[in-house]
Amino acid sequence: MMKYAYFPGCSANTTGKSFTVSTAYVAEKIGVELVEIPDWNCCGTSAAALTSPELAVALPARSLAIADRELPGLDVVAPCAGCYRSLKTSLAFARESEENRELIKKIINAPYEAKADVLTLLDVLATDEARETIAAKVQRKLRCLKVACYYGCAMVRPADVCECDNVEDPMEMDDLMELIGAEPVDWAFKTECCGAAQQMTIPVQAKPMIERIFQNAVANGADCIVTSCPLCMLNLDMREAEINRARVANGLEPFDIPCYYFTELIGLAFGADPDEVGIDIHFHPAKTLLLQRELDALELEEAENIARAEEARKKAEMAAKIAAKKAEKAAKEKAAKEAAAQAAAQPEEGKEAAE
Amino acid sequence: MRFLDLSAISDADKQACEAIARDAGVNLKDCYQCGKCTAGCPLAESMDLVPREVIRYLQLGAVDVVLEAKTPWICAQCVVCSSRCPQNVDICSVMRAVRLASKHAGKRPVPEADIFDDEFIANVRAHGVSNEQYLAAAYNVKSGHFVQDMGNATRMLKRGMVGVAMHNTKGRANVAALVDRALAADSTRRAQADEGKGGEA
Repeated sequence: MMKYAYFPGCSANTTGKSFTVSTAYVAEKIGVELVEIPDWNCCGTSAAALTSPELAVALPARSLAIADRELPGLDVVAPCAGCYRSLKTSLAFARESEENRELIKKIINAPYEAKADVLTLLDVLATDEARETIAAKVQRKLRCLKVACYYGCAMVRPADVCECDNVEDPMEMDDLMELIGAEPVDWAFKTECCGAAQQMTIPVQAKPMIERIFQNAVANGADCIVTSCPLCMLNLDMREAEINRARVANGLEPFDIPCYYFTELIGLAFGADPDEVGIDIHFHPAKTLLLQRELDALELEEAENIARAEEARKKAEMAAKIAAKKAEKAAKEKAAKEAAAQAAAQPEEGKEAAE
Repeated sequence: MRFLDLSAISDADKQACEAIARDAGVNLKDCYQCGKCTAGCPLAESMDLVPREVIRYLQLGAVDVVLEAKTPWICAQCVVCSSRCPQNVDICSVMRAVRLASKHAGKRPVPEADIFDDEFIANVRAHGVSNEQYLAAAYNVKSGHFVQDMGNATRMLKRGMVGVAMHNTKGRANVAALVDRALAADSTRRAQADEGKGGEA
């Protein structure tokens, strides 16, 4: 049993509902226990960092201190990438020096030793143990579904804080998607920024950031975008419609590219109904593609079965031909032997007669 | 780059730039102006100074130019610049430090960005968690963008993503006190830095 302290984050019950539901579904199926940190508070995200450095480290530290106290020995998992980065930044600051810890303790007014580590949900699901369990639980491989795995910024950058060794081309999500039978595409915008809160504050300037992400995914043959951050999801999924309206007005082809949480797709591979993992409340229609690709997978399987049967038939035919040739050869050899024996016997007879 | 009268830059200006660099934890001399930060910045096209120029003005001591710039307020804090810098200059941290210096100097070249963050923290201070629907509403009212994302709000309501219920952390009083202590520690640190500056002069 894998057990973690769970930091849901503010979007868990609102805009990130589908992420929460699908995370719970997958965790339950593979035996990962997520224990919610009691009385956790908002991580502060970039708003705190852009208000005060002290506030940016103290807000996450309060929840981390509660986790250390109430759930000792458990590492903290924060599925939201924004929460992850804030928590991890605060943790790195606390671990840097005794002086930093003293500052935090004074502000949060509680003891804190920075014991628990902070993990993304991808970290949790990419362990060997979790991967083995996931592979064993797959009931339906999501074949034919071409996915652009979108990591965004906050899980990979800053690289030293996020302990990410491949900031330009992370692979954890790609590997998980392969494990459930989907086809990750190679694309250039894996870790590009979705615009985050700037989609609200400077929408005109920030909108092209989303459009470019869609463009690159489509150009590289993806059917859909798979994400692991509720804010990336909201910015892409909710704003696809407005981007499409602008594109149509400019005589451009609209996008038709749904977005999913990676946990939703793992849930589907485990046999969940799309509604069970929150796919029914997406903004951009997200069910038709899945049905289409399920059908494609069935057709592919059928074609493969036919091809396999044809191959078996050919093999049997060839084996029969080989057997026939062998029998023919054996018969010939037998006949030749007999003839030789006969020829050898005849001179004997002649000799006998002469004597 | 625009025309800049270097003789008009005072020692105080230079010190202010160095203070920003110290807050950001960078050595401005490390930057050799290659522009890789700017090539990768997803918002550079919308900035009045590209990231490379912000660093350049700081190197030259032109503190007023950077404090008036929209760039640090347009920056989405995605950290691409810092992660690609061949000299390991944390440009993203510089953007944050400039923005805070600009805010404390009473400037806000992109008011929307400032209003959003202030409302966000006010929301967290009041409830312990962020209530996205109330944050968006407060933002719209204070920024004057009354109808922004109204259609999306309806779509969220339909999906049960948001409602009228306000979420609160049990220990919200605790969180409010934390926010106040953090901001007090912030002011104390800044006051001490100002005093230090006074002492030097």
